[in-house]
Amino acid sequence: MMPRSLVVGAGNVFRRDDGVGPAIARRLRGALSCDVLVHERDFVALIDDWQSLDTVVVIDATSSGSAPGTVWQYEAHCRPLPSTFSRSSTHACGLAEAIELARVLGRLPARLVVYGIEGRDFTQGEGLSPEVDAAIDEVVRRVTEEVGTHA
Amino acid sequence: MSKTRTIKVGHLARVEGEGALYVTVKGTRVEEVRLEIFEPPRFFEAFLRGRAFDEVPDITARICGICPVAYQMSAVHALEDALGIRVDGALRELRRLLYCGEWIESHMLHIVMLHAPDFLGYEDAIRMAKDHPSEVDRGLGLKKAGNDIIRILGGREIHPVNVRVGGFYRAPRRADLVPLVDTLEGAREQALETVRWVSTFPMPDFEQDYEFVALRHPSEYPFNEGRLVSNKGLDIAVRDYDEHFAEEHVAHSNALQSVLAGRGAYFAGPMARYSLNFDRLSPLAQQAARTANLPPVCRNPFQSIVVRAVEVVYAVDEALRIIAAYEPPEQSAVHAEIREGSGWSCTEAPRGLLYHRYRLDADGAIADAKIVPPTSQNQKAIEDDLRRFVEGHLHLSKEMLTVRCEQAIRNYDPCISCATHFLRLELDRQE
Repeated sequence: MMPRSLVVGAGNVFRRDDGVGPAIARRLRGALSCDVLVHERDFVALIDDWQSLDTVVVIDATSSGSAPGTVWQYEAHCRPLPSTFSRSSTHACGLAEAIELARVLGRLPARLVVYGIEGRDFTQGEGLSPEVDAAIDEVVRRVTEEVGTHA
Repeated sequence: MSKTRTIKVGHLARVEGEGALYVTVKGTRVEEVRLEIFEPPRFFEAFLRGRAFDEVPDITARICGICPVAYQMSAVHALEDALGIRVDGALRELRRLLYCGEWIESHMLHIVMLHAPDFLGYEDAIRMAKDHPSEVDRGLGLKKAGNDIIRILGGREIHPVNVRVGGFYRAPRRADLVPLVDTLEGAREQALETVRWVSTFPMPDFEQDYEFVALRHPSEYPFNEGRLVSNKGLDIAVRDYDEHFAEEHVAHSNALQSVLAGRGAYFAGPMARYSLNFDRLSPLAQQAARTANLPPVCRNPFQSIVVRAVEVVYAVDEALRIIAAYEPPEQSAVHAEIREGSGWSCTEAPRGLLYHRYRLDADGAIADAKIVPPTSQNQKAIEDDLRRFVEGHLHLSKEMLTVRCEQAIRNYDPCISCATHFLRLELDRQE
């Protein structure tokens, strides 16, 4: 059986740099063999189907105080995400919390990779900061390799 | 000699949005309660101006990540009012079905992930899930049934894109809905078990004489239609909303606080809906309430967690009724001729009344938009609750009082993301 993968771009396109996840998902859609989702809603809904998947890649914006456009990569199936992921999210339950809930309930996929792109501006409005926009190519390349390697 | 102590407890993690709560206590008296909401002023109302009317349902769906259906429903009903069309029959039923999905999803998120940990003494749902995995699993399973309705009917789960002014872009076939029946029959049992579970939670003794405001329909438990009524004499058409409700700007908040003109705070949301519409619930939902010892009129806001669970029973029941009777409509949408005009709508979002008003130009562009989310409507009631609750519980330790204040705010399931991000609680006790 083919390994099953899923790529999720998380964020709110009306919160400026929070829209980087959806922007990357749109770039990847059609280019990958697996499903690519844009997720603007609560992450608890996201974990419903994780158990049946081999690899899940989530792309989200971070707000840690680092340089805008910095790209982070976490192996979330091994350890919890840093707290910036619970703070930066405008969603119902932060990504970090949803992952820990999945861990407690035994719903994690075999491999869960989270890419964080440091944002600068999370105010209401559309459009990405130039530094954040410039990080998109790098993440697209890494996710394509990731899913290509494991799917 | 007066002594001042300030307690900072970080942000209120299980309320969505940006905001802070300040409570100042002097001796045995609460001097001040300020719920600050940093709402970037009316971004979406300005954003909508000049847009074509048929873009509005998709744009407003993005205002709130938790209740996109509510925003779509208030938007399409207000726009249909402006355009002079009426959506009936199967299309109307499908809209009720979509709303059932959102109530199930939103209520279950709130009950299991956000509110239950308060009652059972856990810092969060993750810690609670370690000790109560089956209850959390059941809650998430039930929540998924709501997601399934929205995914099948709404086009996709992320935010439903199938809703349009006049109806839907594509109406489902019977065969599309039939797979939901098994899921929902299982969900009905889970919902009844959830009512039983939350009814065993320890409830603070805290009854208040609220003015409840909700929609009231001649024969249905309200989703999209009805008159705006209260238990203290309000009985108006939705289009008269602006004459009876005022939005006050308060210095400490970017958000506007709604009041009933000349009367003050009011209470919107599940407990108001339930108390004004108990007789419109399905027999099974009424029975679930009785079994849980929930009176037909409930004035203890902490019991709102039980009311939400009863509404989930209703929503599952109603979804099954709609699917059983469903015959696809001949057309997926009612045609609307573009014209100049104004339209009003209130629908019952999971957390309470959501008011939309639009004025359209002759070419169908939005000339003016007004949106009053449920959290703005309840903000004054939340502050009033906190004032009375803190005054009656000054014997509690600082830590416990803080926990109870957070729980009291969550009684309203304030979706501050409609308006805001993280809530910080500061309790300033002057002795």
